[in-house]
Amino acid sequence: MTGLKKTYGAVTALRGVDLEVGEGELFGLLGPNGAGKSTLVKAACGLVRPTEGSVMVVGAPAGSAQANGALGYLAELFRFPDWCRADELLELHQKLSRSAGGAEERAELLALVGLTDAAGRRIGTMSKGMQQRLGLAQALVGDPKLLLLDEPTSALDPAGRRLVRALLERLRDRGVAVLLNSHLLSEVELVCDRVAIIAGGEVVAAGRPDELSRPGGVEVETGGGVRVYEVALREDVPRIVADLVEAGESVYGVRLLRSSLEDAYLEAVANAPTGDGAAAYVPAEVR
Amino acid sequence: MTAVWVIAGFALRESLRRRVFIVVAVITVAFLGLYGLGAWQAFQEVDDFAFDDRGIEPEAVAGATLLGLGMFGTLFLGTILAVFLTLGAIRGDAERGLLQPVLVRPVSRRTLLLGRFVAAASVCAGYVIVVYLVAMVLTNLAGGWWPDRIVAPALGLAAAVTIIAACALAGSVFLASTANGIAIFMIFGAGLVAGLLGQIGEALGSDTLNTVSDVTSWALPFEALYQDGLAALTADTVGFTKLAVDLGPFGGAQAAGPLLWPWALGYLLLVGLLALRGFTRRDL
Repeated sequence: MTGLKKTYGAVTALRGVDLEVGEGELFGLLGPNGAGKSTLVKAACGLVRPTEGSVMVVGAPAGSAQANGALGYLAELFRFPDWCRADELLELHQKLSRSAGGAEERAELLALVGLTDAAGRRIGTMSKGMQQRLGLAQALVGDPKLLLLDEPTSALDPAGRRLVRALLERLRDRGVAVLLNSHLLSEVELVCDRVAIIAGGEVVAAGRPDELSRPGGVEVETGGGVRVYEVALREDVPRIVADLVEAGESVYGVRLLRSSLEDAYLEAVANAPTGDGAAAYVPAEVR
Repeated sequence: MTAVWVIAGFALRESLRRRVFIVVAVITVAFLGLYGLGAWQAFQEVDDFAFDDRGIEPEAVAGATLLGLGMFGTLFLGTILAVFLTLGAIRGDAERGLLQPVLVRPVSRRTLLLGRFVAAASVCAGYVIVVYLVAMVLTNLAGGWWPDRIVAPALGLAAAVTIIAACALAGSVFLASTANGIAIFMIFGAGLVAGLLGQIGEALGSDTLNTVSDVTSWALPFEALYQDGLAALTADTVGFTKLAVDLGPFGGAQAAGPLLWPWALGYLLLVGLLALRGFTRRDL
């Protein structure tokens, strides 16, 4: 997407976002409520028309048949017809996406999300977590090249989250690009190759998770207890150890400390301009 | 075009699973039972008054009036069906999050709109044709009377509910479900009042009332189609029998002429384009 801007009346949701998700890349999108993340994902699906800028999916304009043919999407506030059975829903999406996978693909997708036994179950009788798993299976119908997941684990228990993480890694191995919009920083940090932090409708930080987190000192375990050197870097470790040994301390271990993605996120968001939409929530002590 | 049938089929399957068709069938059987009983009783009463020397045919007067009532009831039931099958089809489904997963497929908004229209129109048109034909047969069984035209009134009713379904579907693009339902029923009511004004104008010979009725009927062509079908019931009836029919509650309807059907098709197209324009511009 290039220079993507979106306004809803007087409210500006996106202020010119440039973003690229490469083939087989797992890309995390972070940001506070109202930052414009869902609008960005919807623009990539063609559900929202950009006010300015352009969004291309596999070389075709977002929303076109060619672009949508390469997409899989799970919305944050999705809902499926409650009267419909899981297998029927997947069959509908197979027909719409012209997938020739048939019953075999449906069974494989349901197994992938742990819903094999629920194929004939009515969606209305499923828990929210089961529906979210079904939503993931639905998004994978037709072997998409780009998967857009808006808070895909919000209703899942820890086992379900682990399942999704494993699934995302498998998809990456198969060359599927994933744009993952999530509030769960730990989740994003664990699986994503690159991350963009959005606040006030702008990308305020972007890079690999380890790039966004910064060195945070050195921790040394000695006979006299744990000592923390807050401003020290990796290059300082030999000197610190030598000084301690010279001073008669026994050194049992050294650990480099880094700030977490959460620290980087809070810092980036605190310094970002507040959008016209819902104000970005940043705890007062961080501001 | 395949996606249109997929979407239409899915919409029909939903109606089936939600037992919409069972409810409609039960109520329709009750309506037709009541109609048949009323027709039988009416023809019994008609047999009691003598054939007068001015040439009025009592069976024709009773039959045309009863089947006119049957057409009105059928149009009303068909309208209810059309409205409830479509009133939340776009904005309502979008607000509930049902529409987005479908549209993020190689399915254009035009295809989705067309699929929903095909589903609603085919059900409603088929429904009114069947109910009208059954009412007509019941009328014949009760009094031995057949209308002058058999197919034209059925087609008029089918086209009328098709237009109402199109209007309700278009309304669902712009309005929330409740507002859309209210709007369509009020428009339906306005059309019926216009038709009644025309019938009164015809009986009184009032050009003004006829003009008001004509303009409204063309603006709301479902009413013109219904009136056209009503007029076809007694298309070949003449003399005092025709006069007696015209003075009844379902008499006085005028055939709209050869431009009605092209206009109805053009109207459908206009409503469709308006709905498509609104839907294409809507952020979901």
